[in-house]
Amino acid sequence: MYRFVIRRLMLAALTMFVVSVLTFFMLRLIPGDIVDLMLSDFGYAADRDAILRELGLHKPFYVQFGEWFGGLFVGDLGQSLWTGNTVTHELGRRYPVTLELSIIALVVSIVLSIPIGIITAVRQDTWVDYALRSVSIGLVAVPILWIGTLVVTLPALFFGWAPPLSYVPFTEDPIKNLSVMALPGVIVGIPLMGGTIRMTRAMLLEVVRQDYIRTAWAKGLQPRTIWYRHAVRNALIPVLTLIGLQIPFLLGGTVIIEQIFNLPGMGIYMLQSLQNRDYVPAQTIILTFAGATVLINLVVDLLYGVLDPRIKYA
Amino acid sequence: MAVEGTRAQGAPAATRLPRRARGGFIGLVTRLFTEKPLGAVGAVIVMIMLLMAVFANWIAPYPYDEPHFSDALQGSSLSYFLGTDFIGRDLFSRLVHGARVSIVVALGSVTLGSILAGLIGITSGYMGGKFDTLVQRLVDAWMSVPPLLLLLFVMSILGPSTLNVTLVLGLVAIRESRVLRGAVLALKEQPFVEAARVNGATTLRILVRHVLPNVMVPIIILASLRLGQVILIEASLSFLGYGVPPPFPSWGRMLASESRTYMEIAPWLAIWPGVFLSLTVFGWNVLGDALRDLLDPRMRGTGGGYRSGS
Repeated sequence: MYRFVIRRLMLAALTMFVVSVLTFFMLRLIPGDIVDLMLSDFGYAADRDAILRELGLHKPFYVQFGEWFGGLFVGDLGQSLWTGNTVTHELGRRYPVTLELSIIALVVSIVLSIPIGIITAVRQDTWVDYALRSVSIGLVAVPILWIGTLVVTLPALFFGWAPPLSYVPFTEDPIKNLSVMALPGVIVGIPLMGGTIRMTRAMLLEVVRQDYIRTAWAKGLQPRTIWYRHAVRNALIPVLTLIGLQIPFLLGGTVIIEQIFNLPGMGIYMLQSLQNRDYVPAQTIILTFAGATVLINLVVDLLYGVLDPRIKYA
Repeated sequence: MAVEGTRAQGAPAATRLPRRARGGFIGLVTRLFTEKPLGAVGAVIVMIMLLMAVFANWIAPYPYDEPHFSDALQGSSLSYFLGTDFIGRDLFSRLVHGARVSIVVALGSVTLGSILAGLIGITSGYMGGKFDTLVQRLVDAWMSVPPLLLLLFVMSILGPSTLNVTLVLGLVAIRESRVLRGAVLALKEQPFVEAARVNGATTLRILVRHVLPNVMVPIIILASLRLGQVILIEASLSFLGYGVPPPFPSWGRMLASESRTYMEIAPWLAIWPGVFLSLTVFGWNVLGDALRDLLDPRMRGTGGGYRSGS
């Protein structure tokens, strides 16, 4: 068990290292950098070399990389090339927004889609099953950028009501905060639901065909007991993996929804830095998201062992 | 020599189709329409979108970039089926041409992606050893980052252009090289591969003549499942301003926030691009699912339908 965790943690660290190397060098291999932009658009300094020295970009690539990567370990995530603010400071203000969105999305998608998945399996091949399954296939196809746009524009037209678009931190006013965040959170969760519903149904139908379920029926147990105590518990384990796999897509969704609902989260920060060709924050955000994904998948793997005692990690 | 024969007869059940589409393509289409009604609906939607893309110049009543300033923000009428946008461009014409942009980018990137995933999956699986370990760590790294973010990053470095979007979206397929690698791992232990090696076939020949034909079906299935996803990501990139650049009409960009003020006066601008986008993605998704079930039911759960674009 401990050896498994340590091995996985080392692998995770390696993955993160590869991600940081890739993003760092991808960006510096390609011309048209921030220096030209600063020089041409803003007359920031007398000449190119002066700016380069100012920003520390005159050093060789590997030295820059070493400094940036080394800094990550001591909590120094680098500096925005434009504002000079540290990325740590900027992210500290913004990560709660993205985190809250993700949590709302995950909770909503799980709480809604697992019961729906169970219903479709229990009522297999009835109209309830067909209707709910059609909806779940549809949900995957409807892009959140569209739902978001509709929700922001149409109610104003038809009901004279618009969703609130001014963010309030949770610590300041929890109720106001939730009234702003609930809608975008739910929207990010919608595309995740399709997959979870289908997976729950498929797994449940697989489980109920097994011998021990037939034994349960033969013993004359209540259908309710069979479904919920014997079948569902076992069917949900693989669904966990799917939820782990959905994390990167969930985080991608927050970028879009933050843009639509004007929420000051990491996604908007990323877009702003890309617009200014300020790549240090962008790299750090990518790395943060990668870290979150790797960590959550590790947790999912460990939960597997807890939920199913047959699985042992050597 | 006997090598060719060995491949055909000795092909393992695990990599061969259980019931290879009777009567080839026609048989497959027949089975799609008789056994998979939902997949057939998808096929019809996809066909309509393809026809719109090919014949866009004839179907669209106006050029996509022709402004009619005096008719700006009009609702549906006989001259403008679905209304006009803020400078009076015909929405229907823009949507039809948008289908062309969307399909060209999607087909191009999916083709590229299949080649990329095939190359990575086959070589990594067949070579094994240090090469495999190295490549798989790179794939790990790729899979840990939200695809939309990484593509945004690359697009902002390269600059928005239709060609760049197509190239960059090809990268989405890297995730799926895992499935192909798994298939190749099983394949390379098969007697017919060994026989080819004993016969003195070079590695390249084994890969191209013996391994590749046996993973073509998964490659095709993965490609059809990826199409909807790629269309969604293209729309998302364009929506955020890093995809298909103006003046080309992209469904994603038509929904972008710049035009949000107009949408409150002219709701059709917010509705129709999304309808076209969702229908197309829906069509490709259910068609891909049906193709997978018909061609190789064992591939259930390897992606498709379970993933959204963002």
